[in-house]
Amino acid sequence: MFLAPAALYILLFFGYPVVKNLVMSFQEYTTKTFFTGEAPWVGLANYLTVVNSGLFWPAMLNTALFTVGSIAGQFVIGLALAVFFRRKFPLSGFLRAMLLLPWLLPLIVASATWRSILDQDSGILNEFLTSVGLSAVPWLNSPDVALIAVILVNIWIGIPFNVTILYGGLQDIPEELYEAASLDGATGWKSFWHITLPNLRPVINVVLVLGVVYTLKVIDIILGLTNGGPANATQTIAIRSYQSSFVDFEFGVGAAFSNILILISLVFAIFYLRGNRKQVDE
Amino acid sequence: MRTRKTLITLVAGAAVLPLALAGCGGGGSASSGDPDTLTILDYYNNEPDKTLVQDLLDQCAADVDVTIERESVPGKDLIQKVLQRSSSKTLPDVLMLDNPDVQEIAATGGLAPLSDFDVDTSGFAQGILDAATYDGEVYGLAPVVNTLGLFYNVDLFEQAGLEPPTTWDELKSTAKTLTSGDQYGIAFSAIATYEGSWQFLPFMWTNGGDETDLQSPENAEALQLWVDLVGSGSASESVINWSQGDVKDQFVAGKAAMMVNGPWNIPALNETDVNWASVQVPVNKPGQTPVAPLGGEVWTVPQTGDKAKQAKAAEFVECMAGDDIELSAAESRFTVPTRTDLIPEYVEKVPSMEAFAEQVVNARSRTGQLGEEWPEQATVIYNAIQLALTGKATPDEAFEQAAQG
Repeated sequence: MFLAPAALYILLFFGYPVVKNLVMSFQEYTTKTFFTGEAPWVGLANYLTVVNSGLFWPAMLNTALFTVGSIAGQFVIGLALAVFFRRKFPLSGFLRAMLLLPWLLPLIVASATWRSILDQDSGILNEFLTSVGLSAVPWLNSPDVALIAVILVNIWIGIPFNVTILYGGLQDIPEELYEAASLDGATGWKSFWHITLPNLRPVINVVLVLGVVYTLKVIDIILGLTNGGPANATQTIAIRSYQSSFVDFEFGVGAAFSNILILISLVFAIFYLRGNRKQVDE
Repeated sequence: MRTRKTLITLVAGAAVLPLALAGCGGGGSASSGDPDTLTILDYYNNEPDKTLVQDLLDQCAADVDVTIERESVPGKDLIQKVLQRSSSKTLPDVLMLDNPDVQEIAATGGLAPLSDFDVDTSGFAQGILDAATYDGEVYGLAPVVNTLGLFYNVDLFEQAGLEPPTTWDELKSTAKTLTSGDQYGIAFSAIATYEGSWQFLPFMWTNGGDETDLQSPENAEALQLWVDLVGSGSASESVINWSQGDVKDQFVAGKAAMMVNGPWNIPALNETDVNWASVQVPVNKPGQTPVAPLGGEVWTVPQTGDKAKQAKAAEFVECMAGDDIELSAAESRFTVPTRTDLIPEYVEKVPSMEAFAEQVVNARSRTGQLGEEWPEQATVIYNAIQLALTGKATPDEAFEQAAQG
């Protein structure tokens, strides 16, 4: 009985879109479909179009680089900050609140701001670099650099999420453990490796899995910064899905792209569930 | 443990929320039941256009003797809105479409041909009629059009003792001369969207290039011009990320002495101190005719199933392309009337629009040749531009390489 609202909710907001998306990927679903309601079955044709398109493998690689790079950066910096804020010092609450700022900013605003910061000619970052004697970097103009720039911005956006959750996890580690360890001579790095990390593991799992699933489907940042360019250097599967559906109006192909993305996310979700089950068993 | 659980629940909740919200979107009001009320959908949702267009709509509402219910959505959302509404059978009575989209929507069967209602479609600039024609039938009328031209900073030109360029060679040397410090000679938009393709068309078409054969030497030559401008430092490498709005900002900020842009920027330019003038886009060799793409919006009559109301809507569309409306729309919004016999009178009234008015007569529509196939080629064009400007391909290979993507 109590499950009914939740089940209905899941069916309505998860089941329907997912099934619809799956069905769409096997249909020739175009602008005409909206008027006529006709969407002929095409079998795997959309998936073949996707896999055979010249941008598929580059986009897969970019998706992987973008996700791994973003998560690694967000997590390491986020963890470092979370550990840092564990100490008591004046203004720590205020500073933590300030750290949330990137999270509160609408993504499209954040990307517009970063676009002007990273501008090659008049961006503040290059002005800083040249003023200290380094050379200007074509952040968003060079196909070799753009992906790195996009990842850096995404790291900046993801840090608050990581800090917040990891900080919450750190609060749960009893102070006594550290005290006991310090009596045994474990301080600094040692206590971090042997006490903080193992105790934080469940939270780390959550952060990483949610981070991966979230990062896989990022489009706003990339659209706002480079629109998938220059010369397709920042195309990801999510961007391909968006462009097929909402720029080219090939909804079937767009659905196929997003299903591939869902499949990749599912793999991570399964890892996550298994990891969780193990903890319960322990 | 409890905090952790709450935290996870919270995070999961935050993850779900957008989905739930997205599910609530859509819908929209159905075509009003009142026989004397026309519903209208357009994308003039920014001032001053919103109010200026409202004035024109009000005039025609009085003329046709109907009341109107108007909805304006952001430009990028219009097509999605149209598709949503067509699947729920709630299309508006009068629908404004950007001209390159008309054939795509007409091909779906969602629009009524104007010949159903005996609308007179003579006297319009051929380019814009082509854009609104699908399978031999005209589906909409445009009161005004715009196109691209070359804006230049008069003060900078006078200081350097230069004349506005008319050929590509002059363009290159003028741009080079005017490049110094953080001021570039020229700015244009080579962004990886249809906007980038649209900006490239004047060069491609003027040089005899064609969208039906993108891998032609004429197209490569036009692309070479852009590569040269960026390669010589006369244009910023950032052009590959600039929208036309960004290009205008660079020009206004004094960071570009010339820019390729359209007359819709004139109201904004007139609010600044920049002393500007405009000419037609330069040609490759003397004697060539500048051919620029036509921009502008077409008013159409969707298939709503209510024949009597559709006839009213057709009358409304005809009014929107009437002489008076065309002239006042052109004057207030710095656009060019589509009835070519109005152009001389118009240029007399608004001399600053002379270059654009001339350009419109020979201008072409993007969908004139390829119809609903155009977006595909437009994608190849902007990808080729990106490949060439970033040095990933030579102009000769760029179109071929882009076509494989």
